[in-house]
Amino acid sequence: MAKRLPKKDVVIIGLGWTGSIMANELTDEGLEVMAIERGPWRDSPTDFPPTYMQDELRYRIRHELFARPEQMTFTFRNKMDQTALPIRSWGAFMPPNGVGGGGVHWNGEMWRFLPSDFVLKTHLTQRYGASFLPEDMTIQDWGVTYDELEPFYDRFEYTCGTSGTAGNLRGQIMEGGNPFEGPRGRPYPTLAQPQPFSHTLFAKAARELGYKPFPQPSGNLSTAYTNPLGMKMGPCTYCGFCEWFGCANYSKASPQTTILPHLIRKDNFSARANSEVLRIEVDRTGKRATGVVFVDASGEEWEQPADLVILSAFSIFNVQLLLHSKIGKPYDPVANVGTVGRNYSHQTISSVNGFFDPKKYNFNPFIGSGSIGMCVDEFNGDNFDHGPHGFVGGGYIGQVQTGARPIESTLVPPGTPSWGAEWKQTVKHYYLSTVKPGTGVHGGFYSYRDIYLDLDPTYKDRFGRPLMRITMDLKPNEVKQNKFLTDKFAEIIKAMGAEKVAPTYRTAPYDMTTYQTTHINGGAVMGTDPNTSVVNRYLQSWDVSNLFVLGASAFPQNPGYNPTLTVGALAYWAADAIRTKYLQSPGRLIDG
Amino acid sequence: MARFLSRIAALAVLSCSTSAWAGASDPQEFTQIERGRYLSILSDCASCHTVPDSGQPFAGGRAIETPFGNIIAANITPDPETGIGARSDEQFDAAVRHGVGRDGSKLYPAMPYNAYTKMSRDDVLAIRAYLNTMTPVRNAVIANTLPFPFNIRASLGVWNALYFKDGEYRPNPAQSAEWNRGAFLVDGPAHCGACHTPKTALGGDKADRYLQGTYLQGWSAPDITGDARLGLGRWSKEDVVAYLKSGHNRVTAATGPMGEVVALSTAKMTDRDLAAIAAYLKSLPGRSQAPSALPADDPAMVAGAAIYRDQCSACHGLEGKGANELFPSISDSSMVRSDDPTTSIRLILRGARSVQTRSQETGPGMPSYGKQLDDAEVAAVLTYVRNSWGGAAASVAPMEVSKVRSDTALRPD
Repeated sequence: MAKRLPKKDVVIIGLGWTGSIMANELTDEGLEVMAIERGPWRDSPTDFPPTYMQDELRYRIRHELFARPEQMTFTFRNKMDQTALPIRSWGAFMPPNGVGGGGVHWNGEMWRFLPSDFVLKTHLTQRYGASFLPEDMTIQDWGVTYDELEPFYDRFEYTCGTSGTAGNLRGQIMEGGNPFEGPRGRPYPTLAQPQPFSHTLFAKAARELGYKPFPQPSGNLSTAYTNPLGMKMGPCTYCGFCEWFGCANYSKASPQTTILPHLIRKDNFSARANSEVLRIEVDRTGKRATGVVFVDASGEEWEQPADLVILSAFSIFNVQLLLHSKIGKPYDPVANVGTVGRNYSHQTISSVNGFFDPKKYNFNPFIGSGSIGMCVDEFNGDNFDHGPHGFVGGGYIGQVQTGARPIESTLVPPGTPSWGAEWKQTVKHYYLSTVKPGTGVHGGFYSYRDIYLDLDPTYKDRFGRPLMRITMDLKPNEVKQNKFLTDKFAEIIKAMGAEKVAPTYRTAPYDMTTYQTTHINGGAVMGTDPNTSVVNRYLQSWDVSNLFVLGASAFPQNPGYNPTLTVGALAYWAADAIRTKYLQSPGRLIDG
Repeated sequence: MARFLSRIAALAVLSCSTSAWAGASDPQEFTQIERGRYLSILSDCASCHTVPDSGQPFAGGRAIETPFGNIIAANITPDPETGIGARSDEQFDAAVRHGVGRDGSKLYPAMPYNAYTKMSRDDVLAIRAYLNTMTPVRNAVIANTLPFPFNIRASLGVWNALYFKDGEYRPNPAQSAEWNRGAFLVDGPAHCGACHTPKTALGGDKADRYLQGTYLQGWSAPDITGDARLGLGRWSKEDVVAYLKSGHNRVTAATGPMGEVVALSTAKMTDRDLAAIAAYLKSLPGRSQAPSALPADDPAMVAGAAIYRDQCSACHGLEGKGANELFPSISDSSMVRSDDPTTSIRLILRGARSVQTRSQETGPGMPSYGKQLDDAEVAAVLTYVRNSWGGAAASVAPMEVSKVRSDTALRPD
């Protein structure tokens, strides 16, 4: 029997980006807020001082900052007629853990989605007709528009100090920015980062091919910055250790650098680290959450009653906790009913490595930053006519030099032996003259009827709860999209002057063992119809009105961008709805 | 019902203790109490008389480290038995301004009565009135834990004869009102000299080296006179105010004992008082003749430059300018070039976290390099920063680093 704690106004599950944003907004409203975080407390000067060893083996290969599979894992299969097996070592994505969540280890790419992305189903149907879409594709509109979200994109960009070049300022297309982006109300808070050699070479080649390259919007700051909360950030030093690592220089936007030092000084905020929420409690009607039950590191169970529950864990954990709490109707792909677990998606990533003549090119790859980059957006979303190509969707492509960490930077052209003297000689030969854009092709991933999350019938976690089962495959639409994008990218790399161009395509079946990105989305999607969405356009649960579910679990499908800026903007958008609408009259904000 | 009764009982106890309060202070005297509250901030009573994070303000029990041993701060809540509730106003005033305890014995000058004596009797009784509004806490404190011979208080008579000038602050008519206010604050309630004026072997102030910096509790407190090289001479008045108000300015950030002073005291002072302190401190004459900088090809400078580039420049910048009041500007820091490099050595060896204040909430940290760098390397990099960017100071010897390393090895702070 859980011990009951004194009631709070709000309990927040997961203290990453969205939990921190919501906690700060609701404590500003005067509410008593308690955040519960499964992982440890983390702080910049103590956990990531400049003296900590940025060890690629420990952080990248052995997944230091992530949840341990022994603590919690998933089962996986490609198709519904297969038997799913547990994942015992992380591969395709990395489940974050600890205060700051993914905001600690991310690269810092800060993309806005396209206006058409938010009305995708309507837009594509109007332009190409319903029959152009694959029969099993289950894409839908978001229920929120770009214009509605714009002020909240702006807020998150200014919280983070985002470095970038505006491409569309209040409708006016700006030279040097992304001409395809939706209109923004004001420029980025800080100038774009200066670009290293390989990026300027990429931009030149792209321009010569007729594209409009622009700097990737970055949460690694070009200059010192003080955000609206008074948090101080320093300029990026281009050390090349962003992704997989915490930032030592206060120059990567994270909850630790932009929100938490302000938040934790508030008397009406408290947090419990190393505490895992087991379930959200609902009353007898099933329509009202009464709080959460969590277990601390000593194995002690506690009940934290609250008037408002914010579910702001990592996307897939949100879905898992809804299913374990029996909130909402689980998705059944056969009967095509239910919503929780529906429209799960990921990203479609590939890359093209370019090998240049070392006598002519030294890219000094040690100059790196997680989200520095030059990109083109001509082939994203519906920025081009898909009619002749037989697929929908797209992604940005770009050169992003994130560093020269030794384990993952030993690249050689195809045909080189994979070990021995010749391999060593070739690694050495090309080490400084390889363009290795990592996630250079950043394609979207649309949703399908038989790609979903549910509870595994066999495997259980350490508390005896069923594991989450992932049923995920790569569909012909995404394979075609990736082939198209990768070939376009290879043309640019070739035009840069590479003597050898090595594209790698993303092909079916979906591979759970190799890393793509940690952008897994959906499963608790937002929308306008309770039959096809878990939360309404304010991220409020259709079933339990005092529960809001934040994060990428709300994406009905995934556009061709990194998700975090939209995740943060949606958190500010939901917080605004709570502050200006919900608290005045608690209950359903929209009748479904 | 039982709970109701116990509440009545508690009230009765409370009113008993109220009636036991000696002294004339009246809980209705808002003006006096408010004045006392502010004076208690100026005097930073809370720092010594509260165990940090205990939730029992002014209940005493905190060990105050002195070169002679620890002295435990008294309970100054109005508890009649273990606090100051049973003391008369005369007794309270005698303790605060004259260093005389309840039984007539002498107080140890860890209680800065030699500074508080500059306050008026009214000031001190206002502090008393404010303290009387505190919740009485029963906490018996054994004050004297000094080893022999310092545990014999009789010797304090000699000390007082040598170092204690009893008497209120007398304004200097040749100076502005602001300067006089600053002088009163610095020499009186704020007792800056307790940490910043060098001490004799007996722990008395070296009057001729007033506020020129000294060593205590494992730190070297900097020179805070107007000296251009070692003190505040190149700080603007606004720099001083920003530092005291927020713990940060364009040059540096407060940490260690000064971080606590900022958090508990100076951050809560009025801007006018901070400006007065700045005006007064900056008016104090400098003393130093600048030594000439070491040549850049000095072996320690060469080694130090390489270490600086490798380990320090990511935050402090190649030109030592720092950034955004986040990373201190060590090129402009007089502290870095102080005669006693203890604090600089300590910061490199052990790291530190700057104070978080309302206007500067980030509270960035300096990491510890005690494992990465050996004593010769710390000495070299300090020698380099002390003699770069137009600065000049004596080189730091590896022995000095070794001493700080061993002195601080077992410190809990």
